[in-house]
Amino acid sequence: MSKINVTVNGRPVEIEAGGTILEAARAAQVRVPTLCHIEGLEPSGSCRICSVEVEGRRTLLPACAEPAADGMQIKTNTPRVLAARRQMIQLLLANHPDDCLYCMRAGDCDLQQMAQEVGIRERAWRRGEHRTHAMDRSSPSVVRDPNKCILCGKCVRICDEIQGVAAIDHAGRGFDSYVLPAFDDELASTVCVNCGQCVAICPTGALVERSDLARVWRYLADDSYVTVVQTAPAVRAALGLVYGLSGNEAEARMATALRDMGFDYVFDTQYTADLTIMEEGSELLQRVKEGGPLPLITSCSPGWIKFAEHFYPEFLANLSTCKSPQQMLGAMVKNYWAEEMGVPAEKVRVISVMPCTAKKFEAERPEMETGAGRDVDAVITTRELIRAFDEMGLDFDRIEPGEFDEFLGKSSGAGAIFGATGGVAEAALRTVYNLLTGENPGPKDFEAVRGLDGVKEIELTLPDDTVLRGAVVHGLGNARRLMDRVAAGEAEYAFIEVMACPGGCVGGGGQPYGADAERTAKLAGELYQIDDERVLRFSHENPEILKAYEEYLGEPLGDTSHRLLHTTYRGRSKFSSEGEEDES
Amino acid sequence: MNSNKEITTIIVGTGTCGLAAGARKVHEYFADKIEESSGPYVLKKTGCLGFCTMEPIVDIEIPGWPRLSFGPVTVENAELLWSMISEGAELPREFVLGAHADPEGILELHDVPILWETPFFRNQTRLVLKNSGIIDPESLEEYLESGGYRGLKRALDLSPVEVVDEVKASGLRGRGGAGFPTGLKWQFAHDAPGDEKYVICNADEGDPGAFMDRSILEGDPHAVIEGLAIAAYAIGASKGYVYCRAEYPLAIRRLTDAIEQAKEAGFLGENILDSGFSFELLIKKGAGAFVCGEETALIASIEGKRGMPRPRPPYPAQSGLWGKPTNINNVETVANVPFILADGAEAFRKYGTEESPGTKVFALTGNVKRSGLVEASMGMRLRDIIFDIGGGVQGDKKFKAVQIGGPSGGCLPEELLDTAVDYDSLVAAGAMMGSGGMVVMDEGTCMVDVAKFFLEFTASESCGKCLPCREGVARLRETLNGIVRAHRDESPEESLLRFQGVTMMEELAEVIRDSAACGLGQTAPNPILSTLKYFKDEYDAHVFERRCPAGVCTALLEYYIDPELCTGCGLCVRKCPDDAILGEKRHPHYISDEKCIRCGTCRQFCPFGAIKVR
Repeated sequence: MSKINVTVNGRPVEIEAGGTILEAARAAQVRVPTLCHIEGLEPSGSCRICSVEVEGRRTLLPACAEPAADGMQIKTNTPRVLAARRQMIQLLLANHPDDCLYCMRAGDCDLQQMAQEVGIRERAWRRGEHRTHAMDRSSPSVVRDPNKCILCGKCVRICDEIQGVAAIDHAGRGFDSYVLPAFDDELASTVCVNCGQCVAICPTGALVERSDLARVWRYLADDSYVTVVQTAPAVRAALGLVYGLSGNEAEARMATALRDMGFDYVFDTQYTADLTIMEEGSELLQRVKEGGPLPLITSCSPGWIKFAEHFYPEFLANLSTCKSPQQMLGAMVKNYWAEEMGVPAEKVRVISVMPCTAKKFEAERPEMETGAGRDVDAVITTRELIRAFDEMGLDFDRIEPGEFDEFLGKSSGAGAIFGATGGVAEAALRTVYNLLTGENPGPKDFEAVRGLDGVKEIELTLPDDTVLRGAVVHGLGNARRLMDRVAAGEAEYAFIEVMACPGGCVGGGGQPYGADAERTAKLAGELYQIDDERVLRFSHENPEILKAYEEYLGEPLGDTSHRLLHTTYRGRSKFSSEGEEDES
Repeated sequence: MNSNKEITTIIVGTGTCGLAAGARKVHEYFADKIEESSGPYVLKKTGCLGFCTMEPIVDIEIPGWPRLSFGPVTVENAELLWSMISEGAELPREFVLGAHADPEGILELHDVPILWETPFFRNQTRLVLKNSGIIDPESLEEYLESGGYRGLKRALDLSPVEVVDEVKASGLRGRGGAGFPTGLKWQFAHDAPGDEKYVICNADEGDPGAFMDRSILEGDPHAVIEGLAIAAYAIGASKGYVYCRAEYPLAIRRLTDAIEQAKEAGFLGENILDSGFSFELLIKKGAGAFVCGEETALIASIEGKRGMPRPRPPYPAQSGLWGKPTNINNVETVANVPFILADGAEAFRKYGTEESPGTKVFALTGNVKRSGLVEASMGMRLRDIIFDIGGGVQGDKKFKAVQIGGPSGGCLPEELLDTAVDYDSLVAAGAMMGSGGMVVMDEGTCMVDVAKFFLEFTASESCGKCLPCREGVARLRETLNGIVRAHRDESPEESLLRFQGVTMMEELAEVIRDSAACGLGQTAPNPILSTLKYFKDEYDAHVFERRCPAGVCTALLEYYIDPELCTGCGLCVRKCPDDAILGEKRHPHYISDEKCIRCGTCRQFCPFGAIKVR
């Protein structure tokens, strides 16, 4: 690649030819604010916040979209640039409600921060004409408030270009344009898969998760309930990032913090990740033995499940019938554990903390009841958990490390890596290898499925020398491309791991704001670190799992397993949530 | 001269404008008459001659006479024409526009002028419009007789590079607005690597009042096809699209028919004129969004996406339709190409100026005596177009301004009437060529109202993608609405808003111009900026004195009754639609300002002139 030389605010800098002005500015250590820009996607150039001055050019130019040219003299902080930026932020504020005090994004809002940065102390344009659309609270996962939308279009692009769902788009013209599902349907009746990537990328409070924190506080306040909490692997990694701790340290302190919140029992979704491996690994071998249907496709990611139900109904029989670890834990708590503890199941409240907004939807699926009401009663995201800690005044940095409760709290390193793309496949292969050979593989034998490549492949040779080929994808856009190839017969696999979010659960829609590939890789690294430091590396060696099979479940894929740990799927329309009630 | 000694030909102008003026009935009238008489008559159609005020226009070719144009030909006038044709009745001189030629000098006797020497036509230079209103647009033969497809034939004898060079040498610039050199655009698309390339003709004519592209498509569709085939050959495209708004059904129909004719005659399709070059031309109907005239939005629209501009670069020449190198030219630009190839760049450069060679078609409208489509040599002064071709201001009122360049152009005052009409002079004056809208305004026009009108248009046509255009133009519109709102309807906060808006309006307009994503957004504030520049006093009157000097902004008017003149007859009380007038019989009356809706009815009916406005 050839290099070009430009100056940014007078400082010379050399960058790769083809780079944008924004990249040149970064190389020169100059920050240019952006709103609509998504790293890695084609620039949209819609917000114009990054407009800068270039010597010899008539108008300002958007730094994110304009290629830098050799010899270009770029100025990012002239009075002309700053005045334009201030004016543009004023224009956004003129069409934005003044309710920051009550907004979920207050203090963590790109618009607010930008307005502060440019020193806006009063509205330039009194609130004249402004958008007045109804809020959409129909979805169990995502709340839309179009009046807070600044039309940056990031949600539209992530939903379409990264996730391949395209549940929302721009409609209307000019000042009247806004972002909405087709036909202005409510989100719950669309193909939205609840992944929450739109929420994670929204710069304002226009798209937020449906908060279930108030309900959690109510359960905790009511002494008649026995409250049980479970936490997904990616949550501890994110807490570590937020509080400056390793994943391991964060995991231990999280256990204490959850008890401080008032939970009676602190269990771990990683436990049921191990359980999932037992069931799903057995299912794979059974299907290989019995001739299909293959590929077996993982079912831990509820966003992926709804996506498959809408767009690949012909593959529903290929989905593993295993419930996700969240739902397995709920079922185990409300049946096995409640019976063992002698607690009436209807008095138990299971709360999960998830990196995911689709888990809220999953918990409300009618399939997810095995006896006493919903198996999981409330789901909060990592973000909501951090808000709860803030509300309690909990000093996460200083609390003592603790441990998960016994019974459903112990997990192997294989359960921890479930939170990263490739983790389920890697964990499963460790156990499948053992089931086939009676020996454990090396813990890093299946490392090939790690990392952020869109599609990764791996092979496992069986004792009879047949080779099982597997694929791992993350991000539903990648999943769509892979499934299309599978459907066309261009690719043949025995198993496929799909995680709806880029990078897997660590990049989930419920994680703290500010995700990018670098952060996602770092969070995945924390999970691999937890795995490395665990003595227990294999799901099939988890003593609590072995005990559960011995005492209660019998064997993988047995009757009890089927009743509690497996589920069914339903075909859905490609255009809406029609047909929601038809079981398949 | 009609060389056919037997047959009389009647040619009715049936462009959309002619039809709107009643040409269909006239056509039907002649059709019926011809059928009844079964005489040696032929009825034909032609496109638009451009002389809107004279529509419907009918041409007659009587044996031994040159072709004569008549207008306006209502059905009654048509009867007179028919008596002349069928019974030899006298030439109805009142509505003769002129003869197309007079080789034998017979017209002087009849006192008929040569059409092209009449005031509307004599200063026009008709290159692009040369066939419009003359030939039958539905006849390939007539296009060929007029020299059609000579340009394509010559182009195919040249190499693509030579064709590009010829267009470059001609200095032709894009007639759609920005005036980018067409040859250079072709060069980029030609040089871009790739086997699959496209040409697109932008027929998404969206400026209110501009209709030259429609007229060309309706009046001379083969010229557009020929120009596009030449462009496709030059850049190496084998497929092209005409993106035409669906509101132009006649243009689409004529073009569709012409494409079929061209295919049959071997000017389109496989192996054109045995040259080995193949070209397929398709029509894509647009839904009429103004922004789809922007090339990247237009491409998105053809691809089935929402019509929104995307950042350039990459320019369409590198990555256009379906990501392939694409050349986009507007209709009028394309229609110039056959002439350039047929007669050469030098012939083209004889017209216009050094920097802006050739001609430009303008839609001359507004308070002007002769309105219509006029084609003028580039560099002609505004004054000559408006006062000479257009005949000056209607009703001999005082000229106030000319709005040029469509909704995002600018308003130029009398002092600038000597501005030469070419790309660069217009931009320097604060307007732009745009697609060639030219709206003449007289002293009764309020410039704040004009700015408001155009801003209303650009605001409602903004695609909503980029922030400055979407939010900024709406705030400008809001500010202008505040200026013309009556004080009595205003809350204190609204008054504050009005003043604040006024103080920031110009700055905001400049930010929009400086930062909007596409040309439409960048030029959207032009109506405000140019009126602020040249008519600041009118804004001051509205803002500070709360009055509209032209009396257009009705909310600022106050109707009152002069007690000296009022006789108390009570007529105004009966006419007032809102019971705003009070008073006893035979005593002076009084208008309640709070109830008055400023309709002016009372003033219109008062027999004593007692009702006044301030």
